[in-house]
Amino acid sequence: MSEPRLRPSGLPAVARRTGGATVSLHHIFLVFLGIGTTSVGGGLVAYMRRSLVDKQGWVDDREFVRMLTICQALPGLNGTNMAILTGDHLRGPRGAAAAILGVCLPGGLIMVGAAIAYGAHGHHAYAAAMLTTIAAAAVGIAFSVAIQLGQRSLKGVADLVFVALTVIGVNLLHVSVLVVLAVVGALAIWWYRPRGPAPANRR
Amino acid sequence: MKQLPTLAAVFAYLSLLTVGGGMAAFPELKALSVDVYHWLTFPQLIHFFSIGQLAPGPNMMMVASIGEWVAGPLGALVVVTAFFLPSACLTFAVGRLWDHMAGWGWRDSIQRGLAPVSIGLLLAGAISIARGAISGWLGGLIAATVLTLLLVTRLNPALLILASAVVGLLVYLETG
Repeated sequence: MSEPRLRPSGLPAVARRTGGATVSLHHIFLVFLGIGTTSVGGGLVAYMRRSLVDKQGWVDDREFVRMLTICQALPGLNGTNMAILTGDHLRGPRGAAAAILGVCLPGGLIMVGAAIAYGAHGHHAYAAAMLTTIAAAAVGIAFSVAIQLGQRSLKGVADLVFVALTVIGVNLLHVSVLVVLAVVGALAIWWYRPRGPAPANRR
Repeated sequence: MKQLPTLAAVFAYLSLLTVGGGMAAFPELKALSVDVYHWLTFPQLIHFFSIGQLAPGPNMMMVASIGEWVAGPLGALVVVTAFFLPSACLTFAVGRLWDHMAGWGWRDSIQRGLAPVSIGLLLAGAISIARGAISGWLGGLIAATVLTLLLVTRLNPALLILASAVVGLLVYLETG
């Protein structure tokens, strides 16, 4: 674990993989634009893995998982956070900017178009009928995401208690998400506090 | 125009709540955009969220719709920038420091402790969406069917959204 600490963001490894040539900002933007255009139906991270690890070879599997771990411990969507870390890994801050711009642009433009179309047609009875059933399907999707992530990362009774406290705080007590995040988050982090065999030596 | 600073402040704040995913910020998004600032109604917010499931890219790009709805294309630009910039900067900084923090015991505690909280926030977001989106047995049936299909198959969620739109249209043609 000490070796990676010596290099700032893994640049030497990448330079080796891409034959010593640095990846152009233009190229980074286009690859992420491709991901941002094709990743319909969620699962953005899976699309990214296919493109960044399998097709481009910009990061290897271990690095990809390492970056995903960082993303999951931080605010921000996994997709955009992964774009930031990969872009930085390849070309520093400007690479990060090119990557997040590429991944957000297609969906952003589509959603602006959707808002305009909604303003023009949303009030029609047929549109309202379709939006009602689409919304119900979206609820199913939302629960499936939470359940699938939960199956993967929840271990033990303590975790279930933290999940329950969070849901009760937000949905029943209507406490703001920020307060719930701070209070339950602090409690959970304290619960999993470092407990080394010889704490005095750690300082 | 007057709305732009408020939009920026609200979405920058929401950005920092998206621990675990965009849905974590949904209850707060609803409280601020519907109850506090009256930018749109709860059904309209639910509609944008639902349409957003069909768009490619990060799953909360529906915030662009809210920006456009409230203040036009400039509003969309302000909202998207405010929603993604703060968390992007934080990720950038932590990404560079992460390996340096390997010896810091609390790094693993934060990771381990935030995992269940982020699942809880996603679940809370889903419940909040369900409260606004489901009225009547048809909605409940569609939500339950979609959830079951996603848990037992590897269907693309966008297909299920399209299928449910067709169901909605058929119901309209039958009853309307």
